[in-house]
Amino acid sequence: MKKQNVLRIGCGAGFSGDRIEPAVILAEKGELDYLVLECLAERTIGLAQKRKMLDARKGYDPLLEKRIITLLPHLIKNNTRLITNMGAANPIEAAKKIIEIAQSQNVKIKVAAVTGDNVLETVLNNASSIHDLENNKPLSNYNIVSANAYMGAEPVIEALQTDALIIITGRVADPSLFLAPMIHEFGWKIDDYDLMGKGTVVGHLLECAGQVTGGYFADGVKKKVEGLDKLGHPFADVFTDGSAIISKVEGTGGVVNLRTAKEQLLYEVMNPHEYLTPDVIADFTTVKLKEAGKDQIHISGGNGKSKPSTYKASIGYKAFYLGEGEISYAGAAAYERAKLAADIIQKRLQHIFNDIRVDFIGVQSMHKTTFDHSGTPYEVRLRIAARAGSAEEAALVGDEVEALYTNGPAGGGGARKYVNEVIGIVSTLIERNTILPQVNIFES
Amino acid sequence: MKLFDIAHSRAGDKGNTLMLSLIPYNEADYEILCSSVTAEKVRMHLKEVVRGEIIRYELPNISSLLFVCHNALSGGVTTSLAMDTHGKSLSYALLEMDI
Repeated sequence: MKKQNVLRIGCGAGFSGDRIEPAVILAEKGELDYLVLECLAERTIGLAQKRKMLDARKGYDPLLEKRIITLLPHLIKNNTRLITNMGAANPIEAAKKIIEIAQSQNVKIKVAAVTGDNVLETVLNNASSIHDLENNKPLSNYNIVSANAYMGAEPVIEALQTDALIIITGRVADPSLFLAPMIHEFGWKIDDYDLMGKGTVVGHLLECAGQVTGGYFADGVKKKVEGLDKLGHPFADVFTDGSAIISKVEGTGGVVNLRTAKEQLLYEVMNPHEYLTPDVIADFTTVKLKEAGKDQIHISGGNGKSKPSTYKASIGYKAFYLGEGEISYAGAAAYERAKLAADIIQKRLQHIFNDIRVDFIGVQSMHKTTFDHSGTPYEVRLRIAARAGSAEEAALVGDEVEALYTNGPAGGGGARKYVNEVIGIVSTLIERNTILPQVNIFES
Repeated sequence: MKLFDIAHSRAGDKGNTLMLSLIPYNEADYEILCSSVTAEKVRMHLKEVVRGEIIRYELPNISSLLFVCHNALSGGVTTSLAMDTHGKSLSYALLEMDI
């Protein structure tokens, strides 16, 4: 149990593709007890399963190696433990890779790999009796490639009870990665739902890293933020009662204020009265935020009641092949020529695809409307997209767009074409006892 | 005036559901937002985007509103044909609303 009454947890990554430098600054200068890297989204786990299918030794985060090589010396020097879900579809191979890196740096460490989120076998065995939440269709209707349940803080706590420096997991709910060290250090009871709720609020505020420090918040006009090029990532000083102060390393860019904290608090919240994680049903309508100093936000409140009786699982399935083509028009009548090109493509493709998406980039591609921002754009990029049953069929979209070079309207340039296999994701609920988390220890 | 002049917003997504926060720069404007930005008005404003129900949550504790918009992301992050599959840019569509 921790002797002092404050615990410092940093968040060095808010998604798989996040920058590495802010995490290194946190590990080096943040005086952290724990560094968390949250790198696994709904979409990311599907992509990771795809990589594992191609190579059984892969399927962990593509940036894992790069991140660990740079972070490890700082973690050891400052006695900071790392918790990350970079294990993605393959925590065991991820742990082995970390051990390999430690050996090449001549350091002795332990790594704990938390597994058990992979429920593919269970789901496949019961596919006709389990339904998805989106369409209420039996899962046997899908060409399933992956099934991962969100685990909570408990298996991470078990891993923390070993002396592993690095805890690497697969699918764990984002706030649970942060809640686990609070429970472990402060000796909180996991059925003290008010504390679980409070810790979850702190985790939720940290989990998107650069959002709460002003990165994805900034707009340069109404929300001006200094030093975005050297944006710092956040840390929280958490107190034993579950309150906390969110801040960032001095000298880094960005800002932590009431506005950044409020945006992050409400991010991806389906119901602020009942924010569901595997650990707790938290109430965000009781959270109190106040500015406590420069780049410091004090958080309190955010109670909780019970925990969900089921786990949410994401099911990855082979959905379709996406075919895309793009071409640009500029100068006089650019929009008219782009519309003419779109019309030609639609006539050529409509007998093959039943849903063809046409976007005029620079006009109305994002929201299907302009909210009165009409006028004559100098340049317009035409984008055509369609779902196809095979890669060959999907390629027809880009081929037809490219053919506009000689068959379409005047002055089209810069054609590009893309074909991608799409792994779709649907959710389902599964019983808690379906999941058997395991902690696996590796040593360098 | 536009919502952009007095408030900011961030978009979030879960499957085919879009969440839009609406946060006044000045906390004193929270009451104005509560009375003028109803779920019905947002539904009319985003009619080209949101196909399903919109639920408004009031959070007086942080002087903010949250709009949870169902069937709003053309299928959602993995299977949408849109470029912005997450709907991340839609916060600024909300801020285009005249009040």
